[in-house]
Amino acid sequence: MLKLPIYMDNHATTPLDPRVLETMMPYLREDFGNAASRNHAFGWKAEAAVEKARKQVAELIGASDKEIVFTSGATESDNLAIKGVLEFYKSKGDHIITLKTEHKAVLDTCKRLERVRQERLDELKLLRLSQLADRDVQPEELAELASRHDIENDPTYRKWAELPTGGARVTYLDVEADGRVSLEKLAAAMTPRTVLVSIMFANNEIGVLQPVAEIGKLCREKGVLFHCDAVQGIGKVPFDVEAMRVDLASITSHKMYGPKGVGALYVRRKPRVRLAPLVDGGGHERGMRSGTLNVAAIVGFGAAAELARTELEAEAQRLTRLRERLRTGIMEQLDMTVVNGSLEHRLPGNLNISFSYVEGEALMMAIKDVAVSSGSACTSASLEPSYVLRAVGVEEDMAHSSIRFGLGRFNTEEEVDYVIRLMVDKVRKLREMSPLYEMAKEGIDLKSIEWTAH
Amino acid sequence: MAYSDKVIEHYENPRNVGTLDKNDPNVGTGLVGAPACGDVMRLQLKITDEGVIEDARFKTFGCGSAIASSSLVTEWVKGKTVDQAMTISNKDVARELALPPVKIHCSVLAEDAIKAAIEDFKKKRATRQQP
Ligand SMILES: Cc1ncc(COP(=O)(O)O)c(C=O)c1O
Ligand code: FES
Repeated sequence: MLKLPIYMDNHATTPLDPRVLETMMPYLREDFGNAASRNHAFGWKAEAAVEKARKQVAELIGASDKEIVFTSGATESDNLAIKGVLEFYKSKGDHIITLKTEHKAVLDTCKRLERVRQERLDELKLLRLSQLADRDVQPEELAELASRHDIENDPTYRKWAELPTGGARVTYLDVEADGRVSLEKLAAAMTPRTVLVSIMFANNEIGVLQPVAEIGKLCREKGVLFHCDAVQGIGKVPFDVEAMRVDLASITSHKMYGPKGVGALYVRRKPRVRLAPLVDGGGHERGMRSGTLNVAAIVGFGAAAELARTELEAEAQRLTRLRERLRTGIMEQLDMTVVNGSLEHRLPGNLNISFSYVEGEALMMAIKDVAVSSGSACTSASLEPSYVLRAVGVEEDMAHSSIRFGLGRFNTEEEVDYVIRLMVDKVRKLREMSPLYEMAKEGIDLKSIEWTAH
Repeated sequence: MAYSDKVIEHYENPRNVGTLDKNDPNVGTGLVGAPACGDVMRLQLKITDEGVIEDARFKTFGCGSAIASSSLVTEWVKGKTVDQAMTISNKDVARELALPPVKIHCSVLAEDAIKAAIEDFKKKRATRQQP
């Protein structure tokens, strides 16, 4: 029996697997000890459970358990990897290379580091201009005096500016039309001051897989550390930190049928990668992440990782089949639909389609019993369409028309067939209501019209 | 974001969806918005020589609130004179549909569409009256 509503938004989060919940329950009840309590059985039991989970997570990615740092999730892992590396290796350089299609946890971390650097440079300019002008220069005068004294070419300022600023310079690489990075462009962006490349494994909107092994090889050759936000791909597609030469990897439990609020950062031991912690305190997680461990959640995360590892192959096959059924079912019946991003290099459960001449939020409202998401601006507080779709060259109107389906462990063929029927019916209805569809059918070139943009 | 009952009601049962003959001298067509912004509204009004709106049709590419706003104004303008219709403001639409702040621009589009359709009708009539 088909049960409504249907959840098909597994890139946002996944349901907790009942088998995972089972393993967690004792640690929410009688086994409540603090894993850092060294002197009684409650602590030992908690510690043993955490260490078991650490092994389970490590095994999923081909790491050793000593390389796993538990965090509150991938946002924290991304922050820790990027800020931690930048701070620790500041004498070596301050340049980061990342992609325009990364998750905000990476992009906004990079933007903050750029801002920190800019503020530091402005302070140095003020200081130097005060020396040159032999008076106390005020921030308002900075722009004018900087050009009068040609500060950028002042040898003293230039020397100061080369010192570590606590921030970073960042290159945001474009991706190709299929959503993947070009290795030549990546290599060309590297400078002697590049310390970190941060490129994701699988994209959260279009599911496109980056050539992680090739990126890892290139970074190793160039002596640059490689951080990979592997959140969406881990447990769905094989990921091995040794084979792929990844130095740091962000993982989160709630995208692989574990509980929310727990994740990990993989930190390579050989050759050793060092980090400055973001959170100081009791020195948990070998000093890299202080704070009492969330034992029950970590246990669930471990169990989820083990299930993901043992079921990966069968599940990947099943999801690929369901995804193709959904894709062909929709596209055979509806004209003017486009898949966004590479179909070949893609997560099994991801389908991102633009339905021309229909707006995404209206479409989601029409299929309200099916949970999906859209790159339309109408669904975002910023009223900007998805930056990921824009980065892969999707036109704005097509970005507004996009729907992301995220198939997961608990979706069935029956659900997929229901969604196909519903989508086809609702897209047709909305197109009947769309002036653009009518105009396109009449052969009017929509680009030739002077729209009253507002 | 949760939608108001009135938005849902209009969205699920939109009134007056369709197309009028744009070459009819008594039909004014307003096409506002832009595909790149995610919203395009086309409102057509059939206006008698006495200046009374006797029919209205719309087609909209946009979110549910934009579709509901269009549907609502087609109901409102019918039977009104051109001058009365010109006084309908986006605030009336937003209030009636209980639109949240991020959806106000959808109601602005509806107001603009009425004005654009009437403008088009007046232009047509002016050219017709030229000897
Ligand atoms: C690619 C990617 N990175 C990071 C995150 C953030 O993960 P978390 O929710 O665990 O902080 C997400 C989840 O939205 C994601 O999809
Ligand atoms: S049309 Fe975009 S928010 Fe209404």
